[in-house]
Amino acid sequence: MSDSYMNSDDPIVMLRDVRKSFGSHLVLAGVDMEAHRGEVTAIIGRSGSGKSTALRCIDRLEVVDSGQISVCGRRVDDPNVDLKALRLDVGIVFQSYNLFPHLTIEENIMLAPRAAKGVDKAQARELAQSVLAKVGLSEKAKAYPEQLSGGQQQRVAIARSLAMQPKVMLFDEVTSALDPQLTGEVLKVIEELAAAGMTMVMVTHEMAFARRVADKVVFMHSGRVWEHGDASILTDPQTPELQQFVHSDL
Amino acid sequence: MTTGLNANHLLFLLHGAAWTIGLSLIAFIGGGLLGMVVALCRVSPLKSVRLATGTYVQLVQGTPLMVILFMTFFGLPALGLKISPLTAASASLLVYVSAYLGEIWRGCILSVPRAQWEAAECLALTRAQRMRKVVLPQAIRIATPPTVGFMVQIVKNTSLASVVGFVELARAGQIINNSLFEPFLVYLIIAAVYFALCYPLSRWSRRLERRSARAQEARSLSTPPGQLSLT
Repeated sequence: MSDSYMNSDDPIVMLRDVRKSFGSHLVLAGVDMEAHRGEVTAIIGRSGSGKSTALRCIDRLEVVDSGQISVCGRRVDDPNVDLKALRLDVGIVFQSYNLFPHLTIEENIMLAPRAAKGVDKAQARELAQSVLAKVGLSEKAKAYPEQLSGGQQQRVAIARSLAMQPKVMLFDEVTSALDPQLTGEVLKVIEELAAAGMTMVMVTHEMAFARRVADKVVFMHSGRVWEHGDASILTDPQTPELQQFVHSDL
Repeated sequence: MTTGLNANHLLFLLHGAAWTIGLSLIAFIGGGLLGMVVALCRVSPLKSVRLATGTYVQLVQGTPLMVILFMTFFGLPALGLKISPLTAASASLLVYVSAYLGEIWRGCILSVPRAQWEAAECLALTRAQRMRKVVLPQAIRIATPPTVGFMVQIVKNTSLASVVGFVELARAGQIINNSLFEPFLVYLIIAAVYFALCYPLSRWSRRLERRSARAQEARSLSTPPGQLSLT
């Protein structure tokens, strides 16, 4: 049933009453969330509110204790989920870039299309060139990750993910390790992706960015979705927790 | 000092030294291949495989190499399997080396950051592809200095093959000394040859260690482009 036919207005990502504990520590206490095609969803909240865990559950880097998660109509909470198919649909970019240090930028990007999709070498190289152009790093194809700045490495990580042509992209605090200037160049790339209609779910601390780019903002607090709506919830928060969170950011 | 040491003796020692090198190579290559299998089994997703190889490693590491040698050379013939000193020495060293290198390499595989596994997993690579294309190439870099360092142990441990009568460098020295009764001189020469074999290896290992420490340092400081080409 997990591969049931999907309507174009069915959510790409859907979480229903998702619960997850690490040992005795309850991290997700019943999370509900939906992301539709072409939408940018920003998940905000304090450290420890469960936002990164929720994101990691979507790509099954963490296995939920209970509740439902579906991505592109596929049930991720099913223990027999086709992980490869899931990872072909979902791209994820991490805070620490996680480029492969022994491969050049181009090889980093070509690896997965070749290994997981069987794309031939020439085609993979072309693909690498086109995604590198998108993130403005065409001239770095032959460099190694350690020769790039953090911002450049993160843009390569985004390009590497894009090369797999995912249906949805997840961003896990991708600018948290960067200084403001480098943050700006990474956010610019993400904004361009949003404008091109990519479906994205991002955990972020960049409130100004969330306000400007996100179609939907989800505020998480103690393992729950405390408040959600469009970006206006950031200017007119209803709960004292979000009020406090928004004010502490100023 | 009057001594009976002549060119024939030296030639005999040289012959012994050649066998020490030969036995070291057999032990390193054979033990390395088997050690690779051990290392991969030690990080297997199957618990039974991890446990079985873990037991193998514990058993071998908890047994003196000399006892392993006695078991293969005297024990196997008792079970009806005739075995030459060279085969016994090679087999024993192979078992010994595979357990140690397997364990060293397991540590190297596990020291590749988890995030690298995760990134590869999220790019839809299979477990085998993750291992082959992402983890092993990085693990090999980490493994090189300790592996070269361990080669010193292999060279020195081949001397134990003398207990089953295999004539390598140490045994050659014993034989010469039995006729000359010049233990200090003979064993001094033996020691010098072992040192000459081992010293370059440990120098090499230390250089590799320094180099990888430098690379680590360069990686942790996020260096701006171009600056790294200086190193």
